[in-house]
Amino acid sequence: MMRVFAIAEIGSEELDPVSIELLNLANAIKGDGTSEAVVIGDDVSSYAEELAKHADRVWKVEDSELKNYNPELYVDVLLQLFSKEKPDVVLVANSSRGAEYAPVLAVKLNAPVVTDIVGLDVSNGVRATRYIFQGKLLVDVLVREAETYVFTVRQGVFKDECTVQGEIVDSGIKPSAEVKREFVGIVEPEAGEVDISQADVVVSVGRGIDDASNIELAEELAEVLGGVVAGSRPVIDSGWLPKDRQVGISGKTVKPKLYLALGISGAFQHIMGMKDSELIVAVNKDPEAPIFGVAQYGIVGDIFDVVPALIEKLREIKG
Amino acid sequence: MKIIVLAKHAADPESEIRVSADGKGVDEKGLVFDINDWDRYAIEEAIRIREQHGGEVIVVGVGYADDTLRKCLAMGADRAIKIPLDTGMDSYQTAKVVKEAIADESFDLILTGLMSQDHNNALVGTLLAGMLDIPFATAVTSISVEDGRVRAVRELEGGFGEENILPLPALLTIQSGINEPRYVSIMGIKRAKTKELREVSVDAGESMIQVDKVYIPPVEKAELIEGSPEEIAEKLIEILRDRGLI
Ligand SMILES: Cc1cc2nc3c(=O)[nH]c(=O)nc-3n(C[C@H](O)[C@H](O)[C@H](O)COP(=O)(O)OP(=O)(O)OC[C@H]3O[C@@H](n4cnc5c(N)ncnc54)[C@H](O)[C@@H]3O)c2cc1C
Ligand SMILES: Nc1ncnc2c1ncn2[C@@H]1O[C@H](COP(=O)(O)O)[C@@H](O)[C@H]1O
Repeated sequence: MMRVFAIAEIGSEELDPVSIELLNLANAIKGDGTSEAVVIGDDVSSYAEELAKHADRVWKVEDSELKNYNPELYVDVLLQLFSKEKPDVVLVANSSRGAEYAPVLAVKLNAPVVTDIVGLDVSNGVRATRYIFQGKLLVDVLVREAETYVFTVRQGVFKDECTVQGEIVDSGIKPSAEVKREFVGIVEPEAGEVDISQADVVVSVGRGIDDASNIELAEELAEVLGGVVAGSRPVIDSGWLPKDRQVGISGKTVKPKLYLALGISGAFQHIMGMKDSELIVAVNKDPEAPIFGVAQYGIVGDIFDVVPALIEKLREIKG
Repeated sequence: MKIIVLAKHAADPESEIRVSADGKGVDEKGLVFDINDWDRYAIEEAIRIREQHGGEVIVVGVGYADDTLRKCLAMGADRAIKIPLDTGMDSYQTAKVVKEAIADESFDLILTGLMSQDHNNALVGTLLAGMLDIPFATAVTSISVEDGRVRAVRELEGGFGEENILPLPALLTIQSGINEPRYVSIMGIKRAKTKELREVSVDAGESMIQVDKVYIPPVEKAELIEGSPEEIAEKLIEILRDRGLI
């Protein structure tokens, strides 16, 4: 009988929806076994109740020391729980935190680990599906046979809900490790002059813009369209645009009426920040670029041909 | 400060990516290899720390890493260790062989990239930290070395950061954008020729994963707007006009 554990992800004072997605996956693969959530924090009762609607069992791990995330303490309490309650599969969100502690947990459990999975098949051996080359290819990997497997799971994939009303159990577990890493505090994002999340039109440039001096072209286009210029991470990393113009998982989420992606390949971390835009138009010279999978309209071409022509025609109209 | 940096010679995801004939890998033809982008930031950071605090930077590569190791030496690393094993997509194996190869090095800090640009596992650094049982932090966007410890800001979602203090020895995985990596100078390349690049042979051990199938993701594609740049511009303006956007 298989026991599938999902470690809940707590956002800023709320349950991150990915927690339910982990349980959706757990319920889909558990067979005649159980889906079990683990929720860690200083006061987790309300989260536990929410999770119990989607899990056969919810384990509460509560302590004032667990108020702030610390990977050493997370691994510590999970190892204590798992030494008694033997998991077959452990699912963790592939978040900034989950991706950090899950591999160390796996080492300590002597478990194979596969990250950022988008598919999992346990019917005949264990096979996980994930993207490689920044979304350009998929790979199915066969995982070595083991007592326990650890997976970090991509958010937004396992949406099919299945309602199960389970029990809530107080694990009684307290952190016991002597912590080496000390949490200092949260650093807030810097606020800039322009809030790209409020704009109706976002002209977004990627590495394809090639050089800082070409940003001007995007600015001209944004001006005639009445929008703002934003960018993908490499553009911000290179210092061509300020940090508050970054669209994506580690930047801002935008939902404009028009999102124009210029020379952006469409990596998952970028898509997460713009996929809910009302209209997405992408210009990319690579017909296979993943951005064409989220855009309604695609232009396979060179931005340095298309954008100047577009600016000229728009200026003609405006007179 | 003795700093170990991992650097992977990795295929650029913007080169020609094609599934190999056996359907279990990527066709090497068309692939362009270079230092993994995240590792470029890691090596730069290590050199900067050494420039400030003194010490040594040792760069470690697994696989056919010569070009990348030479590049790191040219940037300013002091010596290189090469582990000539093909560990493929298996980050566990990579971490394991690195652990063995550096067993005799008494380091203060290990820096790795956050992830490899080809396989995107984001695993080798964290696995290595777990195997070595040392404090660690991932996706680090700022580092300051203090007396016997390191202050590191790591990246969270939505532009937020999380500041932590870790005692040394520690392992940090580096996020892109942490610094502006230097270019390789002619002088650097000359100097690199005299630097040590040592090959270490270690046992590959068992693998954790096996590739079953590599394939192109099935996606629903956007409607294409075609023609000359002028025609494309006109068609696009039509679409925007219909939607009241202009
Ligand atoms: C933890 C983490 C967080 C991240 N957070 C973010 C984030 O918040 N936002 C983000 O954007 N990324 C983020 N990334 C990075 C992400 O994985 C990608 O590396 C990044 O989005 C790629 O940016 P890009 O598309 O501009 O560059 P590339 O992937 O290099 O793509 C450039 C594209 O431009 C095209 N091109 C080149 N020249 C031209 C031309 N002349 N005309 C037309 N097309 C051209 C190419 O065909 C290519 O498709 C994150 C990564 C990690 C690991
Ligand atoms: N073959 C390799 N040689 C040297 N370093 C590696 C190798 N593979 C991975 N790494 C390091 O581990 C990081 C994460 O890699 P990965 O787990 O493959 O995503 C990379 O940024 C490198 O610093």
